[in-house]
Amino acid sequence: MRLTQGTFSFLPDLSDDQISNQIEYCLENGWAVSVEYTDDPHPRNTYWEMFGNPMFDLRDAAGVMKEVSAARTTFPNHYIKVNAFDATRGVESLRLSFIVNRPDPEPGFGLVRQEVDGRAIRYTIRAYATDQPEGERYQ
Amino acid sequence: METGNGKATPLGSSERYKAGVLKYAEMGYWNPDYEPGDTDVLALFRITPQDGVDPIEAAAAVAGESSTATWTVVWTDRLTAADSYRAKAYKVEPVPGSPDQHFAYIAYDLALFEPGSIANLSASIIGNVFGFKPLKALRLEDMRFPAAYVKTFDGPPTGIVVERERLDKFGRPLLGATTKPKLGLSGRNYGRVVYEALKGGLDFTKDDENINSQPFMHWRDRFLFCMEAVNRASAATGEVKGHYLNVTAATMEDMYERAEFARDLGSVVVMIDLVIGYTAIQSMSKWARRNDMILHLHRAGHGTYTRQKAHGISFRVISKWMRLAGVDHIHAGTVVGKLEGDPDMVQGFYNVLREPHNPVDLQRGIHFEQDWAGLRKVMPVASGGIHAGQMHQLLHYLGDDVVLQFGGGTIGHPMGIQAGATANRVALESMVLARNEGRDLWAEGPDILADAARDCSPLKAALDTWGEVTFDYTSTDTSDYVPTPTPA
Repeated sequence: MRLTQGTFSFLPDLSDDQISNQIEYCLENGWAVSVEYTDDPHPRNTYWEMFGNPMFDLRDAAGVMKEVSAARTTFPNHYIKVNAFDATRGVESLRLSFIVNRPDPEPGFGLVRQEVDGRAIRYTIRAYATDQPEGERYQ
Repeated sequence: METGNGKATPLGSSERYKAGVLKYAEMGYWNPDYEPGDTDVLALFRITPQDGVDPIEAAAAVAGESSTATWTVVWTDRLTAADSYRAKAYKVEPVPGSPDQHFAYIAYDLALFEPGSIANLSASIIGNVFGFKPLKALRLEDMRFPAAYVKTFDGPPTGIVVERERLDKFGRPLLGATTKPKLGLSGRNYGRVVYEALKGGLDFTKDDENINSQPFMHWRDRFLFCMEAVNRASAATGEVKGHYLNVTAATMEDMYERAEFARDLGSVVVMIDLVIGYTAIQSMSKWARRNDMILHLHRAGHGTYTRQKAHGISFRVISKWMRLAGVDHIHAGTVVGKLEGDPDMVQGFYNVLREPHNPVDLQRGIHFEQDWAGLRKVMPVASGGIHAGQMHQLLHYLGDDVVLQFGGGTIGHPMGIQAGATANRVALESMVLARNEGRDLWAEGPDILADAARDCSPLKAALDTWGEVTFDYTSTDTSDYVPTPTPA
């Protein structure tokens, strides 16, 4: 399967030039860019690991690309995403978030059904990868 | 004689309160010197007086009939601080280009309104006055709510920012589709459409406004099959997905029962129709707050009173009321689709729903400055006759914070529903990518779509099928301040 979280997951994987253009766009808008990684891609895993703090003072796309590249070197088989944070009052949230690295293959998710009263079902989504301990999931 | 605001009424008190009939203007409902206070509620009406009726008297009559007046003088006014409770028409001006119409600006004291009640507000502002004989037609065009009044409403239970955080979806419009055909599918077949569309790439699917609990599909059956589809699609993609389960029903008790069932099954969103009424909407908003639920509002019925320019209520006002009443999604027009929607007017509705503050913007029909006092933002929904080939226009007109709903444009795809959904998602992501790279969507949009279609046969098929389809009719609800362009 292909994990389709993030803004551009239905497009072919972005080239470094395309990633750099998106980062440029974020910086022009005054957003703080950050890099995060995980080996638990559950749709409700909000807290991916931070590859350093958001780069509030970095205004140069090349600098951000260095961080992306360092994250890829350190975690070549993890999901890695680039986030852009907008601190404008009334937003104070992400404005863009897209995946820039993914494991190969991506085993995906199973759906666990617990049959309860009145034909209702309690659903649990489980990443096959998380059967393994953290750090040993996409070898 | 002094009013609460220090302005003189036209008559002395003995003449003013003599039994009999006076002109509304003479009763104190017209005051051209009145300067609206920061805590006044303001309303702008478009009035079309009967032949021979003076526009100022007509405006005063509207102020009177929407506040304290009756047709004759009553002495019991003198038991109240009547001068402050009277609404004041303070400005009347001709409507540009419409010689028989005038704009009447009216100010209402804040004390006239119960805190946090759209039912109370609307009973005054659009109550008896809309049947008033001396007027041929009357339309409520816009309102300004003081911050003190805005703060008495809870507003959207979720709001745009929190909705995105909950769904983990940023940087692009959300995508949806309404299950079709809107009537007749069994629960099992209905859920099939939901599964295919969500797995193919949509974020949401939707019940239609008139899908409730009919002989071919009872509501519990629909909810169970739809949640199976939602969860299967979520597992297949790793994304949070949702289906707007319509809980509209005959009574509040039924609606609560359906909403609770949706919550227990793990749905992230429920849906109501505008026709349930303002009080029911506010009740469901409170319920949604208590249950961390996104509340989707379908504007069923609004066209009966919003579409005609001379009479009724502008959808701009409905948008403001629904932001106060507290819904998270509201259908607010597409500009380019099959339903009524002039570009300027639609952008005005979107601004009212999404911005923290609205400046006066006459071209978009916004006549008052409005500070939303931190009230959460409503996600507008664009639905009705739109397709992937219009993606550049949709992004240009509507921006990022919108749900684009392609019902026929997903389900009618020649390669199937999943392919239809994928076509829409690829068209959207490629357009956002290109915009962020600084490309000119208006000029290059068709080329960007054609390029994306080279890697995506479903998008190519969508463009081949619908690329030329447009709904190019002149709008009826248009700006008074600029010539009206029709969308290409």
